[in-house]
Amino acid sequence: MDVKVNILRYNPETDRKGHWEEYILEADPDERILDLLHKVKWFDDGSLAFRRSCAHGVCGSDAMLVNGENMLACQVLVKEVSTPIKIEPIRGLPVIKDLVVNMDSFFDSYKKVMPFLVNDDEPGERERLQSPEDRDRFEDTTKCILCAACTTSCPVFWTADTYVGPAAIVNAHRFVFDSRDNASKQRLEILKGVDGAFRCRTAFNCTTACPRGIQVTKAIEDVKRETLTIN
Amino acid sequence: MKVIRHSFDGVIVGAGGAGLRAAIEAAPHMKLAVITKLYPTRSHTGAAQGGMSAALANVEEDNWNWHAFDTVKGSDYLADQPAVDILCKEAIDSVVELEHWGLPFSRLENGKIAQRRFGGHTVKEGEAPAFRACYAADRTGHMILQTLYQKCVSMGVTFFDEFQVLDIKIDDGVCKGVIAYEVATGDIHIFEARAVTFATGGFGKIYKVSSNAHSLTGDGPGILYQKGIPLEDMEFYQFHPTGIYRLGILLSEAARGEGGILRNKDGERFMERYAPSIKDLAPRDMVSRAIATEISQGNGAGPNNDFVYLDLTHLGAETIKQKLPDITDFVRTYVKIEPIDEPIPVQPTAHYAMGGIPTDVDARVLSDANGTVLPGVYSAGESACVSVHGANRLGTNSLLDIVVFGKRAGQSMVDYVSSTKPMTLSDNAAEDLSNKIDKLMNKDHSLEYSVPRIREELQNSMEENAKIFRTEDSLEKQTEILADLRDRYQNVTISDKGKVFNTELLEAIELEYLLDMSDTTVASALHRKESRGAHSRVDHVERDDVNWLKHSFAFKNGDSVKLDYKDVELGNYEPKERKY
Repeated sequence: MDVKVNILRYNPETDRKGHWEEYILEADPDERILDLLHKVKWFDDGSLAFRRSCAHGVCGSDAMLVNGENMLACQVLVKEVSTPIKIEPIRGLPVIKDLVVNMDSFFDSYKKVMPFLVNDDEPGERERLQSPEDRDRFEDTTKCILCAACTTSCPVFWTADTYVGPAAIVNAHRFVFDSRDNASKQRLEILKGVDGAFRCRTAFNCTTACPRGIQVTKAIEDVKRETLTIN
Repeated sequence: MKVIRHSFDGVIVGAGGAGLRAAIEAAPHMKLAVITKLYPTRSHTGAAQGGMSAALANVEEDNWNWHAFDTVKGSDYLADQPAVDILCKEAIDSVVELEHWGLPFSRLENGKIAQRRFGGHTVKEGEAPAFRACYAADRTGHMILQTLYQKCVSMGVTFFDEFQVLDIKIDDGVCKGVIAYEVATGDIHIFEARAVTFATGGFGKIYKVSSNAHSLTGDGPGILYQKGIPLEDMEFYQFHPTGIYRLGILLSEAARGEGGILRNKDGERFMERYAPSIKDLAPRDMVSRAIATEISQGNGAGPNNDFVYLDLTHLGAETIKQKLPDITDFVRTYVKIEPIDEPIPVQPTAHYAMGGIPTDVDARVLSDANGTVLPGVYSAGESACVSVHGANRLGTNSLLDIVVFGKRAGQSMVDYVSSTKPMTLSDNAAEDLSNKIDKLMNKDHSLEYSVPRIREELQNSMEENAKIFRTEDSLEKQTEILADLRDRYQNVTISDKGKVFNTELLEAIELEYLLDMSDTTVASALHRKESRGAHSRVDHVERDDVNWLKHSFAFKNGDSVKLDYKDVELGNYEPKERKY
């Protein structure tokens, strides 16, 4: 079948601003949106820029806006979206070229919440013990692949880019609720701050956008509630 | 072209599990940079699913010697046994260390790390399948990658994200640094560094149906091969039995470890005929051959009889949800069937390179079959060949390999840096790379010589002629095809002439590595006149220990390949017939 695809193009070396380009592509309904982008790049216009790597939804490279919703281009099939298919870069981060955005501030926010286990106790020669129940408390937020689909779907983030955003809070949650971690208080102090979790207005866009099915808004609520315990 | 200079003691190329583990070891002791063409968390370690083996004995009696026996037998006796001993012995501390750094392993009721069964891993040297694979649901690789990156963040390791290393500078046999291309700007960067580790992963994109990421193009092995360093055991390429039909997306062996069964079109559990004792949990080379045989005998399912089924329907919804959530989601997403209720169409998919850059057990790169060390250059993970996997890697041993030998690469960098003085590179060190890029940028574009055309023909022909079963005819035919593709590559052209995010330019350079990987694979396979592990010659079906208990070394010789050989290092286990 023929599929009409509109891509928001921008080349900083030749364009003053973005513009839409239309492509008519021969496609199978079972193909991925990423396959369509490859068809354009490989057989029509080699300059089309987008990130991709694993092509099956685990590396987090190809988050983009498809028909107005954030998703991974490799995780959605042609038959699942309406045509013409409109593809744009994720919002709220500076566009470098076409569908590629500058991720620096996204990763800076991630690094702000101490996204690593803190435990200075002597661990011994074998593993620390953790019950399956304790392990389950943070299971959901271990799934994050840092694709930025959640953060760049958040209306608060669009207007206030100092907000650490859902992805950073998800990664804080992963440690705050880990029974082996000793730095919850420091993390929660950061998240109590003016750019922290209380910026969230529970729009739920992040939860809808997450390609890993993480209950992002719930995780943010968990973190908000936990900050009340550290006074 | 703008050239920017940096000076470091050590550089690590690649930020998957091996590169990050090396960085953790080296960073406290030197000025270190990690350079990656992706963001670290996009590395393909994150796609590994089932587990990482270590004889923790959390579920049942186990010891690392049994793990070593299984690894050697699984390798079809081609692995170097002293290296395998290191892998299996150091496995235990490696898993514990990852746990201490925060890795969220799945847990047993008593709070210890959970362990599951996996192909080829047994207790008491073959008695029964062993619970040896430590796991975090079916996203163990994701958890390892995240944990190692988190550790690097906590240590303040310096990263150059989306910088692609495209050249190494070796003067008079001594490493002086690397040259990288900054993807976002097109600038060239000279990195002075006397210790360089290549941890660039595999090259599964030489085949059409592959579990590998688009980024896995053999960059590290390609860069060194073009400098005259040989590649070891390239004829041994692993096809994973259970890729999603047509797409090649990996469905972990953990699915069979948890009790999943392979069935042909008649619903028969055919592995009972090929491996009577451990059946569906036989090593990957045997299961992939069994599937290919079923298909060639007309027992495949579907209108073209070209796939078999992975049946999980008897496992129950709860086990699937708890233990195999990701892979069953892949099936729902890409095949639109519910694996709780229906069997999944699968076929073998190109998965893992046992071969690669030759190294010793300290990750030092070897420049010939006599064990001559190339000073200052290291490799670990899939890009390297130690060899711990021999002719066929056991499932879970790759995640082990990256942490055990990644750490050793880091330690070797520290030793080398502490005993040598900084190197200097002149401004013209980037000239070779600049010229290569200028040549591509200045040539008019022609569709006939476009990257996708040549690459597609490469992948299709490798799939056709150099996959699971090989013959002298198929490999000779492929040699001719590769020579033709190489000729056409001399004229390769690109349409994007810009500096910003010009990934077409990078794909053109990567295509040369893919051609190098294919040349060495096919030449090594053509000359090895026996069947061993993943290398199955229809015209030489028996393993031949008298003539072929040796590693192959493929050297670049103009546009052709020259081969040399090195004896396998044996140990406790004498080669025996391999039955399961």
